[in-house]
Amino acid sequence: MIRFDNVTKVYKAKQRAALDNVTVNIDRGEFVFLVGASGSGKSSFLRLCLKEEKANSGTVHVAGRDLAKLASWKVPRFRRQMGVVFQDFRLLPNKSAGENIAFALQVIGKPKHVIDRTVPEVLQLVGLDGKADRRPDELSGGEQQRVAIARAFVNRPAILLADEPTGNLDPTTSVGIMKLLDRINKTGTTVVMATHDDEMVDQMRKRVIQLEEGVIIRDQARGVYGAAT
Amino acid sequence: MRAQFVLTEIGVGLWRNLSITISVIIVTAVSLFFLGSGLLFQRQVNELRSLLYDEVQVSVFLCGAESTAISCADGEVTQEQRDAIVAELTDGEVAPLIEEFTYESKEQAYERFLVQFEGSPITENLTADQLPESYRIQLVDPEQSATVASRFEGQLGVESVDDQRELFVGLFRFLNGATAFAWFFAGIMLIAATLLVATTIRLAAFNRRREIGIMRLVGASKFFIQLPFMLEGIFAATIGAVLASGFLVGFTRVFVQDYVGGRFNIGGLVGTGDALLVVPVLLLVGILLAGVSSLITLERYLRV
Repeated sequence: MIRFDNVTKVYKAKQRAALDNVTVNIDRGEFVFLVGASGSGKSSFLRLCLKEEKANSGTVHVAGRDLAKLASWKVPRFRRQMGVVFQDFRLLPNKSAGENIAFALQVIGKPKHVIDRTVPEVLQLVGLDGKADRRPDELSGGEQQRVAIARAFVNRPAILLADEPTGNLDPTTSVGIMKLLDRINKTGTTVVMATHDDEMVDQMRKRVIQLEEGVIIRDQARGVYGAAT
Repeated sequence: MRAQFVLTEIGVGLWRNLSITISVIIVTAVSLFFLGSGLLFQRQVNELRSLLYDEVQVSVFLCGAESTAISCADGEVTQEQRDAIVAELTDGEVAPLIEEFTYESKEQAYERFLVQFEGSPITENLTADQLPESYRIQLVDPEQSATVASRFEGQLGVESVDDQRELFVGLFRFLNGATAFAWFFAGIMLIAATLLVATTIRLAAFNRRREIGIMRLVGASKFFIQLPFMLEGIFAATIGAVLASGFLVGFTRVFVQDYVGGRFNIGGLVGTGDALLVVPVLLLVGILLAGVSSLITLERYLRV
């Protein structure tokens, strides 16, 4: 589903490579934790998957496409197969939970009857029944992240990328979010989650890829957070 | 769904930036008004020129018995001298420049004078003999009048040469200057309008960076993301162009036609018909200005 072959990414302003000759393969339906200190290259990895950045060398294949060969006008359509979740939720503050999710469908031109049907479904899936009309400031952090996940998942993406989705949440709430991501993963969606949350990683016993200064130093099938250190 | 969504986005964008939207409308309106005025002025000058130049004559006045010019030292013009002038007009160097010429005798001059100054006391003491006979020359190209006039100046039997175009040269120099001034202002204001549209779009994009970020992530097309911004700019500029057109038509009607036309009783003034011809130009320039400016700005500041 996601394949990096000898990928190197260097940002202009920095001396050191953000990703240094990374080769990794993530299969369809996998749940992968991406761990490592700040600046280890986790975010660059996710940005490369989205074609937000271009690799300096090596090839990135996502959902069967070589991203270097993907024409820029095809990028939007490509991104419709991906869902993304962030630490800071990135909800629109002046729209209700339902409208936030509907927005993601409106802007890709989905017809109204599809939106009216899909939004309640996905709200139910993330456990926010009856909260469609609440604005982000009327929801708890965990609930806001559930809205964000609903928005990312509403198009039934093949891949869900999550960049520290529990970074702003307390441990109890984080467990709920993790369970939700796990459930989404069980529907067949490949989930890649960058995180600092060691307890979570240790509990879940999923595949762990650890980055350090742009290099993969560990790739363990049923790993824990700090095994290599 | 799509259209309604885009329209809502545009409405929200314009409302959020109301003050800057208004300034875009005003600057576009003023700049296009100047542009329209320049176009109308140009048209007026051309009209006036063809109107006046059609009348332009070079008159060659011949010596009378009492003429004091040096070329009249021999007294009244002789038949030989007249023949020499006619020969020059028909076969000479300047013949190709001449469309036609007529001879006006003293009697004809006197009759014309009586008609022109009918009722005036000046006609009472005048006799035909006091007026000069002349050749009235129509030119193929009125711009060439000086060449023709200088050919006859100082010739024996010619008292003086009158080039009517010289009267108009100063007037047209002034009118051309005024046209250039209008163009210059229009140019400067159009630059200001273009930059303002660009700034507006940058601001609008900045105000909506959250929405844009999400649109990109969920895979909205570039067209779909950029369209509302472009339409916003075009919408504001179009309103400006409509206002400018209204001003221009009103200005032509009230100032040019009613005021200038009524007061000075001159024909050949530009009218509301001419102003209406300029309206599509203003609309087109306004829309193009906003469209091109938006495109460039969006390419630079709103990468998708």
